[in-house]
Amino acid sequence: MLQLSIFLENAKGRLAQALSVLADLNVNIRALSLADTKDFGVLRLVVDDPERVAVLLKERSFVVKVTKVWFLQVEDRPGGLADVLDKLVERGVIVEYMYGFVEKAGELAQIVLRVRDQALMEDAVGELALGIPQG
Amino acid sequence: MGDSLSDETLEQTLKQALDQAVGRLRETVDRALRVPYYRDSFARAGIESAEDIRSIADFQRVPFTQKEDLRLNYPFGLFAEPLDNIVRLQASSGTTGKMTVVGYTANDIELWATAMADALRRGGVTPQDIVQVGYGYGLFTGGLGYHYGCEKLGALTIPLSSGNTERHIMFLRDMKSTVLACTSSYALHIADTAAEMGLGPEDFCLRMGVFGAEPWTEAMRTMITQRLGLKSALDMYGLSEIIGPGVAMECAHINGLHMAPYFYPEIVDTWGRIMPPGTQGELVLSSMGKEAFPSVRYRTKDLTTLSYGRCACGFCGWSISRIAGRVDDMLIIRGVNVFPSQIEEAILSVEGIEPHYLIVVDRRGALDYLEVQVEVSGEAVDGISRLEELQQTLQQRIFRILGLAARVRLVEPLSLPRSEGKAVRVRDMRVFDS
Repeated sequence: MLQLSIFLENAKGRLAQALSVLADLNVNIRALSLADTKDFGVLRLVVDDPERVAVLLKERSFVVKVTKVWFLQVEDRPGGLADVLDKLVERGVIVEYMYGFVEKAGELAQIVLRVRDQALMEDAVGELALGIPQG
Repeated sequence: MGDSLSDETLEQTLKQALDQAVGRLRETVDRALRVPYYRDSFARAGIESAEDIRSIADFQRVPFTQKEDLRLNYPFGLFAEPLDNIVRLQASSGTTGKMTVVGYTANDIELWATAMADALRRGGVTPQDIVQVGYGYGLFTGGLGYHYGCEKLGALTIPLSSGNTERHIMFLRDMKSTVLACTSSYALHIADTAAEMGLGPEDFCLRMGVFGAEPWTEAMRTMITQRLGLKSALDMYGLSEIIGPGVAMECAHINGLHMAPYFYPEIVDTWGRIMPPGTQGELVLSSMGKEAFPSVRYRTKDLTTLSYGRCACGFCGWSISRIAGRVDDMLIIRGVNVFPSQIEEAILSVEGIEPHYLIVVDRRGALDYLEVQVEVSGEAVDGISRLEELQQTLQQRIFRILGLAARVRLVEPLSLPRSEGKAVRVRDMRVFDS
């Protein structure tokens, strides 16, 4: 799966401004996380058709990067995420960052994972038969 | 330089060149003595007539001319010819302070065009080239200086001037220009804008760039060369107070900027003492053969080193190294001398950062505060750790070069001002009690 990372200066109203640009472009945000430092932040987004949205944002002078991330389904209960992460760590997967969201009502929660080594992750996902949401 | 000549032969050649220069500098002094202002200042230095100049040592007693002298004599006070004989006025671009006016006789215009044409020819420009001039036409010597030089050389000359970047790009594509002449910062802006329009080197026929009018680094040369798909990018040096562009230029061998034979160079320290060859200092220039506006030991405020020798291109004479900075541009931060070009060098050595930057100097309490704002490029975005690493790497590089702690701030692309002429890279917000 692909995620958009947008560089934002840590300035008053900048996040709201970026979000309203997305609204104008009629982009529906399915998941989002914001990492911030004193000077700047990185807004990470899961949207439909990320590559098209990236082009539109670049045209509007945003610094955007399209990054490969993993979507996993975990059980929506205490320890659901910990179980999955334990198994990934055992297999040597290094998580660079992650964020979670619950899409609609259901038994399962979803997480977005960015890992360092894609091949390791692919193996782990296969071996563990981890749930990867469709679409 | 000079590997084709033995030291002894070179010394002889230099001696001959100096002897010749003395004769021609004597003429310059004679011409300057027509001007009351020079007459007074020369008299105070004990020089009453051109006959007093019998050696280079004598010439070194002639007082310096400073930018301030030009301002004091605004507009025509330093002209050595009646206005009747003057066919052209140009004025300094006024990067710092009040504008200064210079004049040219018909012979001066011819001399200027010859100096330009010779320099461009050594650089590899031929009559078959299509030269797109992106220097401003008008009072600034850039546009017309290149224009006359290129025409004299016989190249097809396109007077586009600066500004209207999209038209520049359209011309690069449609006219198939082979040479681009503009400031280095504008060249980069053209390359960036072209990329935004989805155009790259493969859409152009450019093979060469002649850039000048502001100091630029080797790293910048590499970057512009790549982004515009150039085979060479050469540095041109000149200033209106001396004549305009064409004073000195790199040849295709990139072996210093060879000085036209109409100018006599010296290198001095802050107090005006002559520095030995190879030492960096302020370039002082005098004209030889110019009529309307003789330049007499003019302090250029440009920092460089000087050498004399023969180059593989066939040139024999004085060459200067690329301008390291301007005496004026030098910032004193916490007691350390800082040139914007040093910071540029650090910036261009870090991947993931764009060559657009702004240096902000402020005072926090009693301490000078140095902040460098740089634009990040798309590749770096995603991981916070990668961005922080960029920030820290650049801070370390700056510290290594300057010995001074700077705070690096990453900003969004296109948020820093772009230039179409000389770039504004420094914002000094300190208030000094005078």
